[in-house]
Amino acid sequence: MKPGERDIIIRTVCRLLVPFVQLFGLYVIMHGHSSPGGGFQGGVIIASSFILLAMGDGYDEVKRRFSLGALTATTSAGVLLYAGLGVVCLMLGANYLDYAALPVSDARSVGMLLIEIAVGITVTAAIISIFHDLVTFE
Amino acid sequence: MRYLHLVVTTLTGLLLIMGSLGMPATGDPDSPPSSHVSPRYIEQGYKETAVPNMVTFVLADYRSFDTLGEVTVIFTGAMAVLLILRGTRSEAEE
Repeated sequence: MKPGERDIIIRTVCRLLVPFVQLFGLYVIMHGHSSPGGGFQGGVIIASSFILLAMGDGYDEVKRRFSLGALTATTSAGVLLYAGLGVVCLMLGANYLDYAALPVSDARSVGMLLIEIAVGITVTAAIISIFHDLVTFE
Repeated sequence: MRYLHLVVTTLTGLLLIMGSLGMPATGDPDSPPSSHVSPRYIEQGYKETAVPNMVTFVLADYRSFDTLGEVTVIFTGAMAVLLILRGTRSEAEE
């Protein structure tokens, strides 16, 4: 085994685990309404799946799937989505972040789901971004 | 001038301690949060938001501004790490 090359057991186990970890992260975000969870927790779980991928296949594999520009853009996009939803509520004639104004049934529930997703996007990208900076720092 | 920082810090700390002395005791059932805010969330929260998880509806609906601040903190943290670590590296390469 050459230096820098990983054991096939580690590689296989990491590859097998990644999709399940990501699915569980999505479940934690989408199910934050009726069970413990939410954007922060789910985002960290999804980000940890990318760290697992980096442990198995090396960091270049993560970089190939989630480029640096996309990472910075998604970190900002989550905050923008959150704040933007507040502005949408303002435009619909309600207070800032008053989801009751959204034109759907159970509007406050839907608004909460949307901001949980926004939080999840930011947390995922922020954790991967910090991981990138720590890994590539010389 | 050297001790100005110390004086300002001590004064601010004393002010904060004085302020915290006026807070109600932890778990006091007669305190304003326990007598107005919490019962309202517990009794009306589900009817108003249709979300069964109390933690979620308090965090994401009633205190949405607070959560917006938390997300901004995470975002700022990522950007600070980016600026410190990535900024130093590109400087060294030049």
